[in-house]
Amino acid sequence: MIALLLRDLRLAIRAGGGFGLGLAFFLIVVVLVPFGVGPDTELLSRIAPGILWVASLLAALLSLDRIFALDYEDGSLALLATSPLPLEGVAMVKAAAHWITTGLPLTLAAPALGFLLSLTPEAYPYLLLSLLIGTPALSMIGTFGAALTVGLRRGGLLLSLLVLPLYVPTLIFGAEAIRRGAEGLDPTGALMLMAGITAGSFALLPFATASVLRINLR
Amino acid sequence: MSMWEYANPKRFMGWTRPVLPWTFALAGACLVVGLIWGFFFTPDDFRQGSTVKIIYLHVPAALMAINAWIMMLVASLIWVVRRHHVSALAARAAAPIGVVFTLIALFTGGIWGQPMWGTYWAWDPRLTSFLILFLFYLGYIALWEAIEDPDTAADLTAVLCMVGSVFAILSRYAVLFWNQGLHQGASLSLDKEENVADVFWLPLLVCIAGFVLLFIALVLMRTRTEIRARRIRALEARARRA
Repeated sequence: MIALLLRDLRLAIRAGGGFGLGLAFFLIVVVLVPFGVGPDTELLSRIAPGILWVASLLAALLSLDRIFALDYEDGSLALLATSPLPLEGVAMVKAAAHWITTGLPLTLAAPALGFLLSLTPEAYPYLLLSLLIGTPALSMIGTFGAALTVGLRRGGLLLSLLVLPLYVPTLIFGAEAIRRGAEGLDPTGALMLMAGITAGSFALLPFATASVLRINLR
Repeated sequence: MSMWEYANPKRFMGWTRPVLPWTFALAGACLVVGLIWGFFFTPDDFRQGSTVKIIYLHVPAALMAINAWIMMLVASLIWVVRRHHVSALAARAAAPIGVVFTLIALFTGGIWGQPMWGTYWAWDPRLTSFLILFLFYLGYIALWEAIEDPDTAADLTAVLCMVGSVFAILSRYAVLFWNQGLHQGASLSLDKEENVADVFWLPLLVCIAGFVLLFIALVLMRTRTEIRARRIRALEARARRA
C-alpha cells in the first residue's frame, strides 16, 4: 500500500502531473471573487469562509478525473485489481494520494488567501482546522465519483454533476465552522459533524468505490 | 409461485397490459375528483385566502418526489441482489418522473410562497433539500445516459443510487443545521393534533391517491417502453449477425 502511495505521489509531482494546477486554480478563483463583488472589505470578510470552501471544493474537483483515468488507460488499474492488495485498499490509497497532492496544499495555502479576503483573525485556526478535517472527505467522495466515470470517454463534466451534490454536507459544515469561529461562537458541533462525515466516508466509500471499479473493469 | 415470477419480462408485459389502462383511469378519476373538490368545493382559509388551494398540487407532488427516489432505491437493491432486469429498468423509468414531481413541488412552492412569505425562494431547509434532491436526480439520469452497456449502466447507477441516498439524508440534516426555515413542519401525520382541518384533508387525500396511482401508471408505462426498446435492440443485433 505504501509503495502504491509513493508511486502515485511521484507520478503526481513529476512529469506534469498537475500538482500545482489545483493550487493555482484555487488562487485564481479566490482572486476573481473580489473583482466580481467589489473591494468592500466588510462584505469580503463576511463571505470569505464560503468562498474559501467553495474554491477548495472546485480545486479538488479539478484533479479528480486523474485519479483513475491514466491507470485505466495504460492497464495498470487491471494489474492493481489482480494484485494481492484488495481493491478497497487501492481506493483508499488513491484517495489518500489525492488528498496529499491537493487537499493538504490547499489547506496550507488557505490562510494566505484568507488575508486577500480580509478574513477576521479569530477565524484562522478554524479555517485551517476545518479544511484539514474536511478535505479528506472531498478526496474520498471524489475518488468514488472518479471510479464511477472511469470507463467513459467524456466523464469530466458528468463527474462534476455526480460529485458536487455529494459535497453539499461537507461544504455546509466546513463553511459553518469557520463562520461560527469568526463570530466567536462555538464551532465544535460543526467540526465534529464534519469529522464524522470524513470518518464515515473513509469507512464506507472504499467498498462502494471498489465495487464500482470491478464493474468498470469487467 | 413466488412473487418474483411477476418480474420475468414476458410475464411483466403480460400482466401490465390489462392493468395499465385501469391504473391510468383510476389515477385520472382521483385527480379530477380531488382537484375539482379541492379547488371549487372547499372554503377559503381564514388567513391564506384561496392560495391555500395550491396545497392539492404541492403536497402530493413533494410526497411523490421523495417516494420516487425511495422506489428507485428499492429497485436498485433488488437489481443488485437478485439481478432482475425489469427492476433495473423500473428504476431508470422512475427517475425522470421523480424529476418532474420535484420540479412541480418547487414551482408550486414558489407560487405559494410569494403571497404567503413575500418571496418565491428562501434558503429554507426544506426548499434547499428539495433542490439538492433535484441535483441528485439529474446526476442519476446523466449517468444512465452516459453508459452504453445496459448491465454496466444498471450496476453503476444502482451503486450511485445507494450512495446518493445516504448523502441525500445527510444533506437533509446538514441543511437543518445550517438554517432555520420558513416552511412549516409536518402537518399530515396521522397521530398529531395540529393537522390540516378535515375540510381540506379529505380532498387532499384523494389527490395524494391520484398522484400515487399516476406515478405507478407512468412507471409501468415507461418500464414497458424500456423493455420494448431493449427487445428491439436485441432483435436488431440478431438481424445484423444473421
